[in-house]
Amino acid sequence: MNSLKALFDQDTWQEIFGSISKNRTRTVITVIGVLWGIFIYIALSGAAKGLDNGFERQFENIAMNSMFVWAQRTSIPYDGFKIGRNIELKLSDIEYLKKRVPEIEFVAPRNARGVFGGTSPLVVRKNKSSNYNVYGDFPEYTKIATKKIYDGGRFINEEDIKYRRKVCVIGERTQTELFAEDENPIGQYVRIDNIYFQVIGVHKYVPGGGFESDGDIFIPFETYRQIYNSGESVQWFTIAAYDDADVVAVEKDIKAVLKRIHRVSPDDERAFGGFNLGEIFNKIVGFSKGMTLLSLIVGIATIIAGVIGIGNILLISVKERTKELGVRRALGATPAEVRNQIIIESVFLTLVAGILGIILGAFVLAGINAATLDLTDFPYTNPTVPIPYILGALFIMVFLGTLIGLIPAQRAVSIKPIDALREE
Amino acid sequence: MIQIKNLHKSYKMGASSLHVLKGINFEVEEGELVAIMGSSGSGKSTLLNILGMLDVADEGDYILDNVPIKDLNETKAAKYRNKFLGFVFQSFNLINYKSALENVSLPLYYQGIARKERQVLALDYLQRVGLKDWATHLPSELSGGQKQRVAIARAMASRPKVLLADEPTGALDTKTSYEVMDLIQKINQEGKTILVVTHEPDIAQMCKRIVQLKDGVIIEDKKVEQVIASKYVQ
Repeated sequence: MNSLKALFDQDTWQEIFGSISKNRTRTVITVIGVLWGIFIYIALSGAAKGLDNGFERQFENIAMNSMFVWAQRTSIPYDGFKIGRNIELKLSDIEYLKKRVPEIEFVAPRNARGVFGGTSPLVVRKNKSSNYNVYGDFPEYTKIATKKIYDGGRFINEEDIKYRRKVCVIGERTQTELFAEDENPIGQYVRIDNIYFQVIGVHKYVPGGGFESDGDIFIPFETYRQIYNSGESVQWFTIAAYDDADVVAVEKDIKAVLKRIHRVSPDDERAFGGFNLGEIFNKIVGFSKGMTLLSLIVGIATIIAGVIGIGNILLISVKERTKELGVRRALGATPAEVRNQIIIESVFLTLVAGILGIILGAFVLAGINAATLDLTDFPYTNPTVPIPYILGALFIMVFLGTLIGLIPAQRAVSIKPIDALREE
Repeated sequence: MIQIKNLHKSYKMGASSLHVLKGINFEVEEGELVAIMGSSGSGKSTLLNILGMLDVADEGDYILDNVPIKDLNETKAAKYRNKFLGFVFQSFNLINYKSALENVSLPLYYQGIARKERQVLALDYLQRVGLKDWATHLPSELSGGQKQRVAIARAMASRPKVLLADEPTGALDTKTSYEVMDLIQKINQEGKTILVVTHEPDIAQMCKRIVQLKDGVIIEDKKVEQVIASKYVQ
């Protein structure tokens, strides 16, 4: 109660400012200790967060727990078949997969021209032409990998599939290369391998989606099937598991099921290829979590070291000020008043140092942000420290400052005024 | 003003104990100026410390302004010191990073007096010791005599019942000593009770009464013809 009153008393602060400003070297050294601590904390955890954000941005357009699975050649003779048999994924596999592996949320079968070998189809519009990769897709695909479509357009829908419509979604680059700048491509026609397709949308290219590019053209899966006569075969499946599923286990299950369907030896590791985004993503997330944890530990440790430094310096200063404190006691300062003064001094120094450190840290983060703003090939976005973390750090500092201040304060109080005055 | 009965104090020095005060009895009336004399080790400083509530007696009664001083804890002692006593030390004990004015207002701060009032009062006391113009100076910018005068102003500022001076002239030359004694005499003439511990006979002669201590007992307690210090001050 008494100490609370002291906290809001102008005179207390007068006394504290007096003793702080008159012991300038001590104050500066003390402040630097804690300032450095919080600065390290802010800068490190902000930088780690930037990396975290960067990775997140990199993966924002694709489901975190998704994978690609494709068929290759067998490497083990099995069930009467020779080694080196070519396997093809079939549309009918989907049903089995969904039945056998309940963790699967979506399966999007995909076919493409020009991606894995082969030449990209020639796409012609009026007097302009170029080669682009063409994908045959189901609408489900967008549930796994988001495709941002520019205003006015859309992605392939169920109707397109059902009626095998000759429609296509083109890429940004396709638009700039085939259309005039002021031209709206939607509703226009392009010729893909000599068949006219109506453009229904332009997708925005987001980096990080694997092998896709800003020139890709998407057409309905069924249309693709008809044009290229692909029948039941599927080049690869893009599969998303439920959020809580273990993606590594799911991939294993999927491959096991596919091996059973296609009569491949269960030990054949090469018959089916897979690229597990979820697994890679988990590794990256683990890495950035580790970074965050590391920065937290280093930061907190530095803050603690700084606060202990404050305690240490206050302890020395109490020793130095033994006589002064004795005089104050002789003049009528109660032990509580002396104790409060030293604790408030400690907390105040900690807090000032902390706030300065936070400001400095914020400047450094702003600098990092400005420097990494234009980087597109390095995953780094918006290095920040959440406000609750900063408040938390401040709270820890005030708490530690009080705690550490108790030591010199207790020492100051334990000195009897008579001993303090006798000391020459 | 002060009544002391059968005061005993001993210090433990390892296994043995040193009996410093062996039954002190004396009384001080209001307005007295008493010199406590004695060679070092006679117990005069211990007596002053007990009077100043900086130390506690083992045995005996101490009544200050009709208040029995007993069962002191640190907080209570601090409040009594603040209310009843003003201290003047041999080494001045000014706080070196505070100006003369701030030093004088310090006891008022601990009395809980508002800042503005404190400044007015402190300046008033500085004027009384003739150092109004030095109010903003730090102790390091003052001479020894000036420092002691600031210390006296500080001791007076809290309007104590009793002023306790421990060798107030011990660190000063003769001329400055007499100036300080002149000031003490003037304060005494205004009715303040003052106890001065000294081992200098000429300083003791400037008081109204001399109490002689030896080996922890009072061997002599006499009224003296006061030598007026201002005669020696040009």
